[in-house]
Amino acid sequence: MWSFSDIANELHIWLNKTFNPTLTLVIEMVIAGIAVISLFAVLGLVLVLMERKVSAWMQIRLGPNRVGPKGMLQSLADTLKLLVKEGLTPNGADKLLFNLAPFIAMIVAMLLMAPIAFAKDFQLWDLNIGVLYVSAVSSIMVISILMAGWASNNKYSLMGAMRSGAQIVSYELSAGLSILTIVVLTGSLRVSDIIQSQADGWWIFKGHIPALIAFVIFIIAVTAETNRAPFDLAEAESELTAGFHTEYSGMKFALFFLAEYVNVFIVCAIGATLFLGGWMPFHIGNWTGFNKVMDYIPSSIWFFGKTFFLIFIIMWFRWTFPRLRIDQLLNLEWKYLLPISMINLLLVTAMAILKWHF
Amino acid sequence: MFEEVGTTTEGDLIINVGPQHPATHGVLHLVITLNGETIKKVEPHLGFIHRSIEKMCESLSYRQFIYVTSRMDYLSAHINNHACAMCVEKGLQLEIPPRAQVVRVLMDELTRIASHELWWGAMAMDLGAFTPFFHAFRERETINDIMEETCGARLTMNYMVPGGVMQDIHPDFQRKVKEFIQLFKRKIHEYDEMVTGNVIFQNRMKKVGYLSAEDAVSYGCSGPTARGSGVRCDIRKYYPYEVYNNVEFEEILETGGDSFARYMVRIREMEQSVCIIEQLIDNIPEGDFQAKTKAVLKLPKGEFYSRVETARGELGVYIVSEGGTTPYRIKFRSPGFSNLSVLDHIARGSKLGDLVAMMGTLDLVIPDIDR
Repeated sequence: MWSFSDIANELHIWLNKTFNPTLTLVIEMVIAGIAVISLFAVLGLVLVLMERKVSAWMQIRLGPNRVGPKGMLQSLADTLKLLVKEGLTPNGADKLLFNLAPFIAMIVAMLLMAPIAFAKDFQLWDLNIGVLYVSAVSSIMVISILMAGWASNNKYSLMGAMRSGAQIVSYELSAGLSILTIVVLTGSLRVSDIIQSQADGWWIFKGHIPALIAFVIFIIAVTAETNRAPFDLAEAESELTAGFHTEYSGMKFALFFLAEYVNVFIVCAIGATLFLGGWMPFHIGNWTGFNKVMDYIPSSIWFFGKTFFLIFIIMWFRWTFPRLRIDQLLNLEWKYLLPISMINLLLVTAMAILKWHF
Repeated sequence: MFEEVGTTTEGDLIINVGPQHPATHGVLHLVITLNGETIKKVEPHLGFIHRSIEKMCESLSYRQFIYVTSRMDYLSAHINNHACAMCVEKGLQLEIPPRAQVVRVLMDELTRIASHELWWGAMAMDLGAFTPFFHAFRERETINDIMEETCGARLTMNYMVPGGVMQDIHPDFQRKVKEFIQLFKRKIHEYDEMVTGNVIFQNRMKKVGYLSAEDAVSYGCSGPTARGSGVRCDIRKYYPYEVYNNVEFEEILETGGDSFARYMVRIREMEQSVCIIEQLIDNIPEGDFQAKTKAVLKLPKGEFYSRVETARGELGVYIVSEGGTTPYRIKFRSPGFSNLSVLDHIARGSKLGDLVAMMGTLDLVIPDIDR
């Protein structure tokens, strides 16, 4: 099949012919950087629009339908509005931390894009500890939220930040343990290896019930980690008006907003990579004919299809569930999810040693 | 940084919720003393939407003052008007025609359903679920359309006048109400599926905001708030007015006393309202819709009191007349004020997140509390 790597290779050869190797490397890095930034912006816009359309659909409304065809350009218009708005810094706020926090949120979201395989051979950085890198970098997110909450000099923000700190730190454990189950099955932390190991079937099908349990726990944990309803205690607009970003306005608010959506995309992409095979088409064991037919669907469509399916599920949560209380939230993690995922990890390990999986 | 902005001497955090806050559904101001996430004290501050309605009423004639009362509890405008009209009728010793009585009760019950629908959606929104709000509004719009046809308005109807109702019901009224009832019976199960049965919702509501029957009585709670604690207080049952003693309906009682009990009372009350409407909608008697009254009403010297069951509880109207064309003094006993007073009592010791849930189940309408 046609692959993105052909274009990349052609470009690489042409650049090498035209410039010296050092300049080539610099130019390639700039191209990659621009690609990530534009992907960040485009994903944010698309997901905001998607959320509004999905919520409208669930709430018997039409959603945005004035700007552009069927309201497609609504989030672009909103971004323009936010860009020209004044970014206020409240009196008594810690100016440095207050202004730094949204950028940390954005940088984390961008860093997390590096190890994601968007399609076959279309990955920025296939490092050998890819999955570990993701769980390590994603925990920096909490720092930006704590910074925003503390520096705002607002009690609502502070409470939102404190809630969010407790929440993210707790739920990272479950998310990490469910990621580990797949690492145990695959025997590698490298993203490309994990995807390649699913060439004869996705882990959610090959890994029996433990993989399914791990998948469900992963989805719950990442919903909490990204501060989405029903775990949106950090924002909780009926309690804390807007939680940690109460005092933010203009583009600084937009960065938090976009980072949230890009984070949702990233965790869903990780989920799709680990459990649903990433860009790997739907293959069944050694049914060669069937697998060939599936291969004709481009890998990017597989990847984005799976990811957006998971995003849809997370949006579905948001628009149907009420919010948990802070003690219930922590109970759920420490009393239920964490023990279950630990036992589940043991089960998977036993299964991997005994080669019971397909 | 935080010492200077509101902590008590014991180091507790004081936060101001409102008067501009999404949870207070209006301009209520709560001063909350917090120890971490746990509530130590809630102090409601009123006065942000005080329009001195009682004083305004004293300078208006007995026909005019009823229109002002639509602006008190704007979600049950019909019932407010009804209470005032009844009080004036008591003073005039006026018999109102049977058709007007039935139409009044029908309108009251439709209002009660509409009000409970809005409460249901808003309460789910307090808990962080947005979708129920829109689903509730879908059915509420149908009621508003019915009201609009007959009364000409959708929120502040001003339909009840001393002596009956302002004009006859629209020819389509009966058909549309029957259609609505058919639709609503299906939808109420949808509500249960969407919210009542949800495990997160039940965890948020059960064993939260406990109000004992004694406290409910001593704080003067009424309506669904008191009935959730097992206090029998339905005015329609114990002091029946209009045709309420001729219709069969159940007084909903829950003994739980927690937020969930108050929730269930309101949900089941909607079913009872449907039951009342079903009994009356085919039996609207023919005849006048308004008794003959003089152009200028003059109440005899004396004191008059009427009470009705609004969607939130007992509304009392007390008129002191000196024999003139305007009342000497008017006092409204609004259900919301007493129900709000219980908030501090039930909220102490629970988490901040539960405070909004409790406020939701008390069904506060701020202009009713703060007249």
